Amino acid sequence: MEQLVKLVPLFPLISFAIIGLLNRKLTKIHAAIFACTGVLLSFVDSIMIFIAQLNHGPVEVKIFDWIVAGDFSASLTFLCDHLSSIFLLVITGVGFLIHIFSVGYMMEDDGFRRFFAYLNLFIFFMLLLVLGNNFLVMFIGWEGVGFCSFMLIGFWFKEEANNNAAKKAFVMNRVGDLGFLIAMCLIFVAFGTLDFTKLFSGGLLASTSVSNEMMTIITLCLFVGAMGKSAQIPLYTWLPDAMAGPTPVSALIHAATMVTAGIYMVARTNFMFNMTPATLEFVAIIGALTALLGASIGLFQNDIKKVLAYSTVSQLGLMFLALGLGAYSAAVFHVVTHAFFKALLFLGSGSVIHSMGGEQDIRKMGGLKKHMPVTYMTFLIGTIAISGIPPLAGFFSKDQILAAAFEHNKLLFVLGMIVSLMTAFYMFRLLFLTFHGSFRGTHEQEHHLHESPFTMTFPLIVLAIFSVIAGFIGFPHALGEQMGIHNWFDDFLKTSVSSVHTEAHLSTELTMMGITTALILIVIFIARSIYVGKGAIPEDEKVERKGLQKLIYNKYYVDELYNALFTRPVDKLSAFFQNFMDNKIVDGIVNGLGKTTTKGGSYVRILQSGNINAYAILFILAITLLFLIILF
Amino acid sequence: MQEVISGIPLVNYIYISAALFGIGALGVMVRRNAIVLFMCIELMLNAVNLLLVAFSSYLGDTSGQVFVFFIMAVAAAEVAVGLAILIMIYRNANTTDTEVLNQLKW
Repeated sequence: MEQLVKLVPLFPLISFAIIGLLNRKLTKIHAAIFACTGVLLSFVDSIMIFIAQLNHGPVEVKIFDWIVAGDFSASLTFLCDHLSSIFLLVITGVGFLIHIFSVGYMMEDDGFRRFFAYLNLFIFFMLLLVLGNNFLVMFIGWEGVGFCSFMLIGFWFKEEANNNAAKKAFVMNRVGDLGFLIAMCLIFVAFGTLDFTKLFSGGLLASTSVSNEMMTIITLCLFVGAMGKSAQIPLYTWLPDAMAGPTPVSALIHAATMVTAGIYMVARTNFMFNMTPATLEFVAIIGALTALLGASIGLFQNDIKKVLAYSTVSQLGLMFLALGLGAYSAAVFHVVTHAFFKALLFLGSGSVIHSMGGEQDIRKMGGLKKHMPVTYMTFLIGTIAISGIPPLAGFFSKDQILAAAFEHNKLLFVLGMIVSLMTAFYMFRLLFLTFHGSFRGTHEQEHHLHESPFTMTFPLIVLAIFSVIAGFIGFPHALGEQMGIHNWFDDFLKTSVSSVHTEAHLSTELTMMGITTALILIVIFIARSIYVGKGAIPEDEKVERKGLQKLIYNKYYVDELYNALFTRPVDKLSAFFQNFMDNKIVDGIVNGLGKTTTKGGSYVRILQSGNINAYAILFILAITLLFLIILF
Repeated sequence: MQEVISGIPLVNYIYISAALFGIGALGVMVRRNAIVLFMCIELMLNAVNLLLVAFSSYLGDTSGQVFVFFIMAVAAAEVAVGLAILIMIYRNANTTDTEVLNQLKW
């Protein structure tokens, strides 16, 4: 078991090293084989760990002592418990499928090997993040995935816009990371250790005398870290821009794994959050607001990837809502199901973009159903899953979150409902505009339309299957008791996260499910009548929009606001420092020194005339002077 | 002979040495012909030699005179080298005027 845990992050690291070092010496096929094998081995390893974990407690694996200084010690230690084994499965499983997909998707690209090297490195850091047994190791993974995300968003670095998107993501993440760092320092000051096991199961937290205010500050800082990485208000604007990267990257990093790191972190430190109800309240509100904001912007987006990006923001918001309500296992459950269907949707959109020759505007698509049947079917399954129609995966996890909200706060429940309805609307709008109706692109594009190769459709099919069945691992409590089906997922996570058992009554739960499903079906019907029945197509960029629609279409002007508030002042300040401080003062001093020396030298060198007589005169004068000084 | 030398007071030797040295130094400062310069330097050197011998004789210590022999030997060698250099300069530059030979600078 311990050996298995050690090996998991090692495989992707080795394949990264091989591909990264040999680079052009490898053929594309070999690079792809190395990359996929690395992740596949990790995946097999994760399955073995998972099976071992089924009737096993947490395992701690110490690799080596890293920092030992006085009272403080931090070692590279892995902690494999039920929570991390779930994440291991998702990361390596979905990661493997996306690797396979990328082989087909990136085949024509020059940076093929570089792409896979980064992808493997990302998997390694992500595994480090979820395996770390102290905040420091987690932080290494945390920064590592941020770095890989940066490199992959700016993968096509020849376009200025991609570089800007990468920079934006990096800087925004930095803001969150600062929160994480401060929290880490405070935890060390308060508890004297950063170890998870010592803090949580070691009982250090339970017997602490740390004041409540301190705990609130710590958890708030941790949450700021989660905000950055998981794209919550106010740090969410980097995620839609991150779509500048290749589509498999969007699927792996910006939908299925990296952005859920914030949720993992909060779930991992849930014992701390439980001690501070104020922070939990805050998390729930931020989550709900983000969910609403993301979903509403998604309604009017016309870029296939942007719709999915805002959908991701919104779904992450739902997960934080669940975390804030103390329903940690529901949040993790949603992470798992979301990983399946959102990866599926992104890969599906990748397949569409591939077929359209790089076109991402859904106004120029339409009628792709008959050209790409496999992509259509899988995309349809993903759409149904994310909309929350039973019995697909999204329904179960979303239902659990909504149930928790219903127990806790009716307003949050209503918000959650609205978000689900919006989700159903924009997802079906996307589906109808892309696959139904008639083709609206150019003739050339229509001629080029084709179903993607097997390496791309295979992951779609597998993910579609999981999007259908994954929900049953977390069967609703009340209904499950009636039918004798256990909520396996909740029980499994019990050892890692404290669970707040919701005592929903069967009738309430059933009514709620019924109403939700009915409303969602109505919304889908409306979407269908608009986009298929009337064949409506979103208006052109140039058309002036009015009122609320204009506000939402322009994404609430948040980017503009941030530009005015932060970017431009900083730009101005930089300009000031460049033009005045650097060019005038610093350069002035340095150049002034140089000029003084040159000028002085030009006067002094007159003395060195090359005339021996003059030297002799100076020489004798100087000697005389010296004698005079010595004698008198 | 010994009486004659010791009959002259020491201070006269110092005067004549100083005068010789001064003439030599002045020559080095004002003359422009390198050969004359060279001669002026020799003059300065020999002024010092004279002084050394005089002191040696008055103090009854012969080491000063031995020292002068060495100086003369070295000076002879130095003259040989110096004159050789001057000849080479003259062959190349066609002059020994120090106003013209001022290339050894920045």
